[in-house]
Amino acid sequence: MTLLGGLALWVAFILGAWGALTGFLGGARGRADLIASSRHAVYALCGVLLVAVVCLEVALFRHDFNVEYVAAYTSRNLPIFYTWSALYAGQKGSLLFWATVLSLFGALAQLLTAPRHRVYLPYVGAITSLVCTFFLSVMVFDFISHANPFDRLPYTPVDGNGLNPQLQNPGMVFHPPMLYLGYISITIPFAFAMSALLSKRLEADWLVAIRKWTLLSWLFLSIGICLGMWWAYVELGWGGYWAWDPVENASFLPWLTMTAFLHSVMIQEKRGMLKKWNLALIIGSWLLSIFGTFITRSGVIASVHSFTQSQVGWFFAGFLVLAATASFWIYATRLPLLEADAQLESMVSREASFLFNNLLLVGIAFTVLFGTLLPILTELFSGTKVTVKAPWFNSVNIPLGLLLLLFTGIGPLIAWRRSSLPNLKRQFAVPAAGGVLTTLAVLAAGMRDFYPIIAIGLAGFVFTTIVQEFWRGVAARHRQYGEAWLLALGRLFARNRRRYGGYVVHLGILILFIAFAGYAFKTETEATLRPGESVSLKSPYGWTYRFTHLGISQYPALNRQVTAATVDVTRDGKWIGRLETEKRQHVDAEGNPTFQPSTEVGIKSDMREDLYIVLAGVVNGSEQAVYRFTINPLVWWVWYGGMIVALGGLVVMWPGGGSVSVRREQAGYGVKLVAKQ
Amino acid sequence: MDRREFFAAGAGLLLSAVRQTQDTSAGPSGRLYDPSWVTSVQPVTARDNDAAIQAIEKRIKCTCGCGLDVYTCRTTDFTCPVSPKMHAQVLALAASGNSAEQIIAAFVQEHGIEILMAPPRRGFNLIGYYTPYVLILAAGVALLYAMSRWVRRGALSPTTGDVGTVGASAAELEGLQEALRRTEA
Repeated sequence: MTLLGGLALWVAFILGAWGALTGFLGGARGRADLIASSRHAVYALCGVLLVAVVCLEVALFRHDFNVEYVAAYTSRNLPIFYTWSALYAGQKGSLLFWATVLSLFGALAQLLTAPRHRVYLPYVGAITSLVCTFFLSVMVFDFISHANPFDRLPYTPVDGNGLNPQLQNPGMVFHPPMLYLGYISITIPFAFAMSALLSKRLEADWLVAIRKWTLLSWLFLSIGICLGMWWAYVELGWGGYWAWDPVENASFLPWLTMTAFLHSVMIQEKRGMLKKWNLALIIGSWLLSIFGTFITRSGVIASVHSFTQSQVGWFFAGFLVLAATASFWIYATRLPLLEADAQLESMVSREASFLFNNLLLVGIAFTVLFGTLLPILTELFSGTKVTVKAPWFNSVNIPLGLLLLLFTGIGPLIAWRRSSLPNLKRQFAVPAAGGVLTTLAVLAAGMRDFYPIIAIGLAGFVFTTIVQEFWRGVAARHRQYGEAWLLALGRLFARNRRRYGGYVVHLGILILFIAFAGYAFKTETEATLRPGESVSLKSPYGWTYRFTHLGISQYPALNRQVTAATVDVTRDGKWIGRLETEKRQHVDAEGNPTFQPSTEVGIKSDMREDLYIVLAGVVNGSEQAVYRFTINPLVWWVWYGGMIVALGGLVVMWPGGGSVSVRREQAGYGVKLVAKQ
Repeated sequence: MDRREFFAAGAGLLLSAVRQTQDTSAGPSGRLYDPSWVTSVQPVTARDNDAAIQAIEKRIKCTCGCGLDVYTCRTTDFTCPVSPKMHAQVLALAASGNSAEQIIAAFVQEHGIEILMAPPRRGFNLIGYYTPYVLILAAGVALLYAMSRWVRRGALSPTTGDVGTVGASAAELEGLQEALRRTEA
């Protein structure tokens, strides 16, 4: 099977190169035969890569430890669930996974694109094939990159190394594919944008063609990032969910620029403005996704999440430079064709507020990128090595994030084109009151921390804005059509999913901000306890938790030896539950330890706070245990805020919805009223 | 198998099950079945929970390569061999009367400025702290300037960019504009 897999990679490489060549030539010369050949190559590429994936999965499930990748990431006693996910657990497998998913998206773009947008497809096929060929080149030119997943060892080990215990978590089964799907699917909007530039068909059509794709990649990135936070929280045991690690930042960067695009594209659709900016955002987002891959795989910036350092990183660096040069060169040559159809009518308009929202989103993206590269830049310019971790990112990004939250509330309140003063008063009165009252409420509750107060106050403002928007929409339908309130709400959503789905996303974002503010009130203590002994910890809400160590049990499991400590928890004297936290020593099929002991955290979560217990270890082999107890306020809201963001994204993406006139307007049609002469 | 053999086999199975249960739980002495399965650590002292010590440790990077601060590293997996030593060093420096800043300075002297989780706000590092703000501010000013130009240009050519035009009297137009404003609000 591995022979077939290796052969499939070479065939895919040739198909990719052929698809790219015929796509470009066919697009440039308008030759139907070449265009058809390119399209067939895109489909064949997808099929052949799926064969390669099947070959690798078969090798993984058959424990073919003669295959280096199988020996490096699996073992005989690895649960089946994780044997499957070993496909993308290592560098080589993830490259194959990436190329396959890209080829699948490329084929879907060919299949699903509406007939009126098919003029873009020759170049789209060429570009997706070209990017796929690059990924395949990394794998097939193994003598430089050492990245062929089908490489064989000169001997066959009895057992494999097994999968890193921290990757043996359901979160890691879903988080990497989601992030990959997000990164990879950005290639499709990028390919359409480049196709529009190359073919000089720069009217609003290409934007309509990519709308679902941009939302899809944004949605995948959002879900992938949230799943990554959840995995870090439940698995790593440090009590947090975001550490501004370079690899985390790499996923956040394209998310920020894609979010900026999703806002600014509305201005182009409605007013025919910002064409240059939108193209630059799409190109930038795609380049950032490749940059993220470079960071993860090059080892140029130290990160706990990085794959093993290898030559692969330099393939990506070269590709990044070439792709950026080519993209921006084509972009620069087409600038004269990208003049706006309309002009800004007022500084107080939704267009203007979206521009500032874009400034902040791109500004935050720049800040994150700058902070990620700052250690290298500082060493380059001052000769001094510095570390840039969470304290720097928090100090610089929190004010920017709060400003962005403010604009999340302001944007929907300002009318398109221009807003009059009476209109502004009418729109802002209730939300501003909501913000002020929320701020006063948290001050009255005794909160004195500056940033959390501002965050919660602004969240109050944004929340009232959203409620006001829904209320006015529902009330208008109730008044105009006599619909019942719930029916009116349902139809409001159904008729304008994009607008109201967007508000749902805003709701999720403000919930996330409140949850992040809660992190400022984290409380923790360490304690050594004998069975029956207790320790108390005061919650930020004022009540007292008492943790009683019940004892330790040890038992073998499928691929690990488990030491589990059990703790009884009371709140103000009332028993609220029992928590278990574990130390796991993973072993191979012979019972020999394979990795460092890992921690399984005990978590009790509710809407107010999480109790987070970590077993540090035991004292001298006895049942006397050392624990870290943490109270993490509002963490529950991080996960549910993330779900609401994803739900809002799905509402926006859902097919149909909106009247014909709305859809026409979204497609770039517009009518302007002028006085009869 | 006769009845006696059957009961003897059953009793044997029961005994072996009980023995296995005893083997895999804590023994009567409170000793673990197999201490090698779990990390052996030192008991926590009052200084370990000292907020001032924790605050210092959160500013110092663990040199094990994890990228975490000393406090987070030593209390995360409890398997790092480096962070407990750095913690002991912080405790020793604090015990000998050093202030937080003196302890930090001692670490910087030993490891260089890279030991800090964020560069200090002085000298060349100020560029690192203020560049994002300066650039965003400059971009904001440039955007305001560009927007004012667009608005002026738009005022000079009110029909620019029309996809279609609708003829209407001034009164009709005013009524329609008002309706449009209401709809868009």
